[in-house]
Amino acid sequence: MDTVQRLDSDSIIANGSGHEQYLTFMLAGEEYGVDILRVQEIKGWDSATRIPNTPDYVQGVINLRGTIVPIIDLRMRFNLEKLEYGPTTVVVVLKVESENKHRTMGIVVDGVSDVYSISADELKSAPEFGDDVNAEFVKGLATIDEKMVIMLNIDKLLNSRELSVLDSAANER
Amino acid sequence: MSIDLSQFKQTFIEESLEGLDIMESTLLNLDVGEADLEAINTIFRAAHSIKGGSGTFGFNDIASFTHVLETLLDQTRAGERDVTTPAIELLLASVDCLREMINALQDEGATYDEEQVASVQEKLEIMLNGDKESSTENTAEAGSTATDENSPTTASGWLIKFAPHPDMLRTGNDPVLMFRELEGLGSLEVSVDTEALPNFESLLAEDAYLSWEVRLTADVAKGQIEEIFSWVDDECELEITALISESTAAEEEHVVEPEPQAVNTDVKTTPEKKAAPAATKKVAKKRSTSTEATSIRVGTDKVDALINLVGELVITQSMLSQLGEEFDMSKIEKLRNGLAQLERNTREMQENVLRIRMLPISFSFNRFPRLVHDLTQKMGKKVDLKMSGEQTELDKTVMEKIGDPLVHLVRNALDHGIESPEERIAAGKDPVGTLLLNAYHKGGNIIIEISDDGAGINKQRVLEKAVENGIINSPDDISDDAQVFDLIFAAGFSTADVVSDVSGRGVGMDVVKKNIKALGGGIEITSQEGKGSTFSIRLPLTLAILDGQLVRVGEEVYIIPLISIVESLQIDKKAVNRLAGRSEVYRLRDDYISIIRLYNLFGAKPDSVDLEKGLLVVVEGDGQKVGLFVDDLLGQQQVVIKSLESNFKQVEGVSGATILGDGTVALIMDIGGLIDLSNTLQRDSSDGAVA
Repeated sequence: MDTVQRLDSDSIIANGSGHEQYLTFMLAGEEYGVDILRVQEIKGWDSATRIPNTPDYVQGVINLRGTIVPIIDLRMRFNLEKLEYGPTTVVVVLKVESENKHRTMGIVVDGVSDVYSISADELKSAPEFGDDVNAEFVKGLATIDEKMVIMLNIDKLLNSRELSVLDSAANER
Repeated sequence: MSIDLSQFKQTFIEESLEGLDIMESTLLNLDVGEADLEAINTIFRAAHSIKGGSGTFGFNDIASFTHVLETLLDQTRAGERDVTTPAIELLLASVDCLREMINALQDEGATYDEEQVASVQEKLEIMLNGDKESSTENTAEAGSTATDENSPTTASGWLIKFAPHPDMLRTGNDPVLMFRELEGLGSLEVSVDTEALPNFESLLAEDAYLSWEVRLTADVAKGQIEEIFSWVDDECELEITALISESTAAEEEHVVEPEPQAVNTDVKTTPEKKAAPAATKKVAKKRSTSTEATSIRVGTDKVDALINLVGELVITQSMLSQLGEEFDMSKIEKLRNGLAQLERNTREMQENVLRIRMLPISFSFNRFPRLVHDLTQKMGKKVDLKMSGEQTELDKTVMEKIGDPLVHLVRNALDHGIESPEERIAAGKDPVGTLLLNAYHKGGNIIIEISDDGAGINKQRVLEKAVENGIINSPDDISDDAQVFDLIFAAGFSTADVVSDVSGRGVGMDVVKKNIKALGGGIEITSQEGKGSTFSIRLPLTLAILDGQLVRVGEEVYIIPLISIVESLQIDKKAVNRLAGRSEVYRLRDDYISIIRLYNLFGAKPDSVDLEKGLLVVVEGDGQKVGLFVDDLLGQQQVVIKSLESNFKQVEGVSGATILGDGTVALIMDIGGLIDLSNTLQRDSSDGAVA
């Protein structure tokens, strides 16, 4: 509860300056970013308990200080080549808003990169990508030091398809 | 120093609801014509605290409603009024109204049926005014709220001199609240005497310096005014003198609406003004969304026990840490003892923490006297409701979820079970039927029984109806009594010939069974024609913890709830057969059970696919026995159930997850879901084979 409140007050400050901070990470040579206020923690990869009959990109669930947190492999989610988990492989634990409730989820990425402060008008809207990376998941593209950084909309990304809360409601017997 | 009243609002709501429960149950026990003073006093006290509380919080509609109710009760208490059936019914109706009003407070934006409230209030006032002439001044106040508008000329009044002692405010009494109550009686003219007010430097914020003179223009009894001040009568100088009736039109003009803020500018902070609880527009009755209370009251004994345990835990911890500092192998025995003690402490602690969530089942039972009272009146039956084991404790969550199924079963027992008095006499029974609600512990379960001495279940009729509704093909399909009774729980089943608003729509029993199953319990029926029926519900004591059997499939560990395991055995190849060359069945004594290979279902890599190398765990779920093929059985242990849904979603065949001793997560199997999953899989694969 405390952390949430603290983060909320941070967000007011961030919005006040018109800049938003993004945590970026590497995934198959590309740099992706997520709103830093949604990041709960970054931890090393540790084995997860597989959940049967879920898509491949759901790595399983881990015990995060007593809470059961699902882990999504972002490479597999984007249909990228599977990489063996190594020492730099990290899990970024995110707070996701879904259907009026908060969920905590982790994403497996190749490695954490940097934190950038980007104003809203620096974010360019993305062109259509096709199916694998739905444009919906992309909040915008930013150029930092001549490099392109893809800013993700994690709420959309982690609520799509089989991850949706609604999906489970429909399955309720 | 501002006091935020909102933090007490929830307490007020809870206390009021409790008060209403007390009123209701006492009212139901009240005998017509006989004024049991103690009972009436209890009702009066409950009404009085609700009135006081609602006044404090500024819920004026509740306060004024309760005021009329209180007046009526006061007269009854004084013996001026007889306890009659219409009076009791009216009081019960007012309890309902109040409950609705208070529930509306709890839900932001919720509203109550104002017309309903107004009509009940009007009825109360009519009852009060009905014998106004015959009664003395006590009843004169009856329609105070109504009369002061309609006939101001008759209003005489009172001059109230109110001078609080300096330390009155420290006892938590606020003059504003008293004035607000006075305002409820009639129009006020207030003048304040600030003479005692010291210089600012010597002013103590917590002392009362002001005194007031209040002219109350209302036709009320002196006692009523005294009552408002009754909390402070030894902390103030109070003088109440009658005003000669001089309420001319000229005087009326002088009457000023007292402004609560005005009087207490220097004295004390204003209680935060609450918005009127209800919206003004009338909205169709909306079901309260927060019927599930969010806080619980815990007995101090339970808290004390916990504190003691924490104390022991601290001692054990310090002993262990001391041991750890200078450890050598000679102390290994000591360490073992310490660890054993820690284990015991932890277990006791766990039990005690769980006990906090336990509430006596009377919370759930208490609504039944009212329900039975209302329904029997409607149906013209006579029923004596008996309850036992009300002190049996049950997890709060389980209790909340079992409420509706219980109501349904009680309704059914009244409607289908117990016959009308005429039929009962004809059958040579006591015209008054008996409905027994009983609760007790048995093993790790709680059993709730609902028994009636009514007609019992007509098996022939059940069978006929089941055929009629297409649930079974022919009555010969089923021979066993238990199976016949099970038909009652089938969806779309109803034996009632006439659909009433009480029961007979054929929805319900299946939902009852489903709800109970969802709680991990079960329901059984025993019935004898002509003698009555008993529905017994078995529920787990808690939803938070279960006894689990750890099983291994390859690298993965799963947990099977111990309660659903029938037996575990090594597979004898000779007993394995294949049905239509596909699904495997195992002959277990006289039964054939299908084998579910867990690795297939869960897509795991097993040690071996050879049935003889693994074990078969026979489990029962949804009334069906199946054998789960696993690699190995590990230990048995109590596991704390964690939700998968809170961060992920529901997964078929899995009811939740838990954290094992080594910190890893293990999934808990949902046997019913597992069987469904296996059936779907089989169907899909056979469809695929055909195509």
